[in-house]
Order: sequence, then C-alpha cells, then structure tokens
Amino acid sequence: MKGKISVKEERCKGCGICSYFCPKQVLRVDELGKIRVIKPEDCIACGQCELRCPDYAIFVDRVAEQKEKSEV
Amino acid sequence: MVERSYEKFFRQNRLPHLWCPGCGNGIAMKAIVQAIEKIPELNQDNTVIVSGIGCSSRASGYMDFDTLHTAHGRAIPFATGIKLANPKLNVIVITGDGDCTAIGGNHFIHGCRRNIDLTVVLFNNNIYGMTGGQASPMTPLGKKATTAPYGSIDRPFNACHLAEAAGATYVARSTAYHVQHLVTMITGGIKNHGFSFIEAMVQCPTAYGRKNKMTDPAKMLEWMKDTAQMKNVWDKNPTDEKFPIGVLYQSTAGEIDYSSAYEKVIEMAGGI
Repeated sequence: MKGKISVKEERCKGCGICSYFCPKQVLRVDELGKIRVIKPEDCIACGQCELRCPDYAIFVDRVAEQKEKSEV
Repeated sequence: MVERSYEKFFRQNRLPHLWCPGCGNGIAMKAIVQAIEKIPELNQDNTVIVSGIGCSSRASGYMDFDTLHTAHGRAIPFATGIKLANPKLNVIVITGDGDCTAIGGNHFIHGCRRNIDLTVVLFNNNIYGMTGGQASPMTPLGKKATTAPYGSIDRPFNACHLAEAAGATYVARSTAYHVQHLVTMITGGIKNHGFSFIEAMVQCPTAYGRKNKMTDPAKMLEWMKDTAQMKNVWDKNPTDEKFPIGVLYQSTAGEIDYSSAYEKVIEMAGGI
C-alpha cells in the first residue's frame, strides 16, 4: 500500500507535527514555513500526519501499488 | 484527493483557523466533529455547539452547526437553557480549563449536580492562552506562567475528579496525541444520557510551552504519549508521574437526567 499526500497549502502553518511523526521522513517544513513532500515515493500511507494535523492541511489517500495489482 | 467527510461540519470560509501553529485545539475540534459523524442520529440541524470564552471556545465559530459563543465561563448555563427549551437537541459544550474551572467553576459543578444531558468537552491546555499566558487552575504545580514566573504554587484541579464528585455520570480523559481514542471518548459522552465530561489534553506551544521549555508542539505530543496511561494500566500502579486516560467513571446507578425530571414537573403542573 502506498500513500498519495495532498496538502492544502493555505491552511498549513508549518508547525512540524506531521514531519515529526512521519516514520519515513517523507515531509519537511521549508524555509517559507509550509510543509513539503520531499520523498513522496517513501510514503507508506500510515496516516500519522493527517491524524494529528491541527490545521486539517495534510491528507493521505491510500493507493494500491501497481505491482500488487499485476500479481493478483 | 478524496474530500474528507468531516469537512462538511466546518465553516470552510472561516478556515484556516486563528490558533497558533501547532495548537492542539484543532486536533480536539476535529475529534468532536468526527465523534458527531460517528453517531448517525446527530446532524447539523439537531446539534448545538455552545462555547464560552478562550482559545478553545473559538472552535464554535469554525463548526457548521447551530453555535453559540457565550460569556466567559457561562457556556454550561446557556447550554442548560437550550436543553430545557428543547430537550430533543444534542448540546455539546466546548470550554477551556480557565473557562470551565475558574470563572465558570460554579456553573460546572452545578451542571454536574443536576445531571443535565450535556456533553462538555474541556480543552485543557494548562494555561490562559488567549489573554497572555496567565496561570489557570489547571496549571500543574511548579510550571511557569506570566503570573507565576517562579513556578505555580497553586495546587491544580483534577477536573475529572471534580466532575465525578459533583455528580457527572460519564467522565473521561484523553489527549491530542491519542486522536482516535479521544473520538471514542467523545462518542461515549454524547451517547450517555446525562452529564458527560471529557477532558481533552491539548498542547499550547505558545503560551505554556514557551514558558516551560517545550516550544515544539510535536515534543509536547510526544510527552503526552509517554505520560498518559490507559486507565486499567494506571490503576495497577497509580503514580503522580503519569496520568490515566480512558473512561474514568461511568455511572451504572441509572440516575435520572434533568430534562426527564423537568418533564415530570411539567406534567404534574398540568402544562403541555
């Protein structure tokens, strides 16, 4: 299972909660104080960032991996 | 991106909210709307959100229900009025630690005593955030605030014990770290027929954190993770270093709630 991260940038205040709890270091707060998805391919869709985002700015949608589909 | 279903309960034109970066109130507010969403009987027409004054109480402005932003500490009296006027409504009170236990302390204990069917969610950030970081009745011993520069010497309230002692029939605690647990606790509170009290520990990195060397909201959440213990675990080894979360008290005696008692009075008096 992979995750597709979407950010509502106008809501993000750059508090860094999502990047702190991300187990794969996918996210980082940039110098403008907004969250950036720096390694989207590493996302495992755990949803920790979305769960604790106090500003409802980050969302993770689960997407099935291509490989899994072909195997099935 | 799939639009989240709880977004319909927010006033989109009011977002982003004005809380500081990393403030836990946003997490607790989302937990409330998710709890409402979980109970199919609740909708935007039969749910009323009442709040007092303070950082936490700004939440009513962002939630798309019938909402009431009332006087400082007086959220529970306003909510009592709504519930008595129309007992079919589901009334949820959002309040803060200063709002509920200091200026509204009396209203709080009498709400509990009457066992009126309200769900009170207390956002506990341990400080008066909006007015500049004064010590609240729930600032822990020794923690600093603008009015306690050498550390607070006032012993704090345990609001959960207070609610239980005053007669609330459902008392629970959770934290901003344990989001799904918090949703479950609030859902239980809404379902309970009587006075329900839920203490939601939230982080305040600006007013509380800056004074107490915890400016990183993520670290504050981590502290909650490390310090909170599920009630059944905490009960085996009660210690001051940790605090219990979960349903701390639920009455099984079947106390009558205030609206039902009042209906009987109306019947006796021969009203409609």
